[in-house]
Amino acid sequence: MEKAFHIPTQRVDSLKERFAHPFASRDYRVLHALQGVSFEIRQGEFFGIVGRNGSGKSTLLKLLASIYRADAGTIRIAGRLAPFIELGVGFNLDLTARENVVLNGVMMGLTPAETRGRLDAVVEFAELEEFVDLKLKNYSSGMLVRLAFATMLEADADILLIDEVLAVGDAAFQQKCTDAFHEMKARGKTIVLVTHSMSTVEEYCDRAMLIDSGKVQHIGDPVETGVQYLRLNFERGAEISGMETPTSSGDVRMIQAQLESEAGDGLTTIEQGEDIQLRIELEILEDVAGLDVGFVLANADGFGFFQWAVPVEGVGESDLVRAGSYLTVRSKLENLLIPGRHFIHCGVARNHTPGDTALYVHNAIDFVVFGAEKPLGIVSLPHETSATLRRREPA
Amino acid sequence: MTAVKAVLQEVRGPAALGGGRRRFFDLLWMLAVTEFKRTYFGTVLGYVWSLVRPLILFGTLLFVFTKVFKVGHNLSAYPVLLLLGIVLYNFFQESTTASVTSVINQEGVVRKTQFPRLVIPLATTLTGAFNLGLNLVIVFIFIFAWGVDPNWTWLLFPFALLLLFGITTAISMALSVLYVRFRDVAIIWTVSAQVLFYATPVLYPLGPNGYENETVWHLLMINPLAVIFQQIRVWMIEPSAPTAVETAGGWLGLLPALLIYVATCVFGLWIFNREAPRIAEEL
Repeated sequence: MEKAFHIPTQRVDSLKERFAHPFASRDYRVLHALQGVSFEIRQGEFFGIVGRNGSGKSTLLKLLASIYRADAGTIRIAGRLAPFIELGVGFNLDLTARENVVLNGVMMGLTPAETRGRLDAVVEFAELEEFVDLKLKNYSSGMLVRLAFATMLEADADILLIDEVLAVGDAAFQQKCTDAFHEMKARGKTIVLVTHSMSTVEEYCDRAMLIDSGKVQHIGDPVETGVQYLRLNFERGAEISGMETPTSSGDVRMIQAQLESEAGDGLTTIEQGEDIQLRIELEILEDVAGLDVGFVLANADGFGFFQWAVPVEGVGESDLVRAGSYLTVRSKLENLLIPGRHFIHCGVARNHTPGDTALYVHNAIDFVVFGAEKPLGIVSLPHETSATLRRREPA
Repeated sequence: MTAVKAVLQEVRGPAALGGGRRRFFDLLWMLAVTEFKRTYFGTVLGYVWSLVRPLILFGTLLFVFTKVFKVGHNLSAYPVLLLLGIVLYNFFQESTTASVTSVINQEGVVRKTQFPRLVIPLATTLTGAFNLGLNLVIVFIFIFAWGVDPNWTWLLFPFALLLLFGITTAISMALSVLYVRFRDVAIIWTVSAQVLFYATPVLYPLGPNGYENETVWHLLMINPLAVIFQQIRVWMIEPSAPTAVETAGGWLGLLPALLIYVATCVFGLWIFNREAPRIAEEL
């Protein structure tokens, strides 16, 4: 009873790009859409699949739905399966809603009589009673999605494969979908949901799987999977736009500036709430007196909202720092930042005078704070807030 | 709540067949019926068109070939023969031509649902068969009106039709999947179907009162359609006309046609079965 699903699949999907003429030589490249993917879903489970665009989620769903054939490996499924892929269940736009719903029912393995019996329920759920004899090409995209989703629900399958339904439709329809999810779950249906929305995964899924570049990155707790997914997203984002600015003046040269983990490894992303530790390595090229090393923390809009500095203790009364010496600055901050991209500018001043700049590196450190929620504002301050209800005006 | 004990089954992806016989035939029937209805949806005359079209062609050809070229003026049954030939060839041509784009037309369905792919080309043949059925009613009215006597060989007509269905389906299967890969197929087939029409004795009867060159007879009988049409003529309208065997110059003369027929069927099945699992990816 426990285990109803067992799906180890391995697939090398070859996308062939043909040129010009069928009889000309065939040039193609191979796209490994999924590689070494293996997982199990239990009966009655609400299973989430997350991943970036092009990570192989849809291919996987199409394999499960028997629309594509796996190149290697096996897929085993218990029970009847109803797919909802790319916002549709496979309609012919030249036919009316009635014809399509009946045809789809038969494809799902119902008898024509059974599907005709369900037609009313489908149309009612989709709220399309007036348009049942209208050809689908005259439907709006929202109407189409509603009809498709209703058709899938009424197919009475044991397993539902759902791709991104919550991304479309108005609020009322989304509410209907979520209600339907809960009902399906209560009835012991197995649901496989592909989505980009972490909150959906965390709200509904019993377990979730993260796919990236055709490989399974993580399977398990939905919250953990969500965090991994966000991390993955932002790592890519940060890599792409690294900024090069001059890091040397006549007096001081910046060798390195980075965020560090507890273990001293360089970081480009940091989880919300996790302490920020940074390290700067400077080389002193000329004798400089009264060095101050300062930082400005700025958000993605370029708004610097926090400034702090540290004086360097040199030799003698003027705090002289000799040419040829090396300086390491470490700083640790409590992370009150909200998710998003942030920058740290770094400045070195002479004579303990903020305006007397020896070196200024704009965007010396560029990092991303990730987290599930993105509230309004710049920082997320710790607070204790309570609300008290009384019957009378306070005396 | 009772727990349903589901059995794990391996899924092997899409295929030409599979998914239960009842579902296969339900689906085939529904697709064919919807397509048939759709063809005439929104037209004023509706199904009447399916009768009017071959009749107009028939009238034109009858005039041209009896009055202008005087092909069949010695042959009393020529008009009935012509009508039957046109109706049958019409079935072959329409079904195969419709099959070319049949898979592409069902793209939305193919890309999103799992079902036995074979129903798509089969449904086009079946839709064609519905039209043929309607047309044959008219043909039989003509046959009786012309004073052709019923013969026991009429019982063999379904057998000949079955042969015609067979090759039509085989060609449809091949065309429907080949078109997904090679769009040239549409053009190639339009031309081929026209050539085949003239390579089949529809307009010109073969025999003592028609076209008499026996070398040409033998050559024509390489075409399986010609064999089927010639034999239908003998069985249905003119028992005295040369049979397919006589036209081909003996049983041995039918061998090439038989080989082509079998080869076409095998090729159709083979290519469809090979391509079916990948149709959704190629679209």
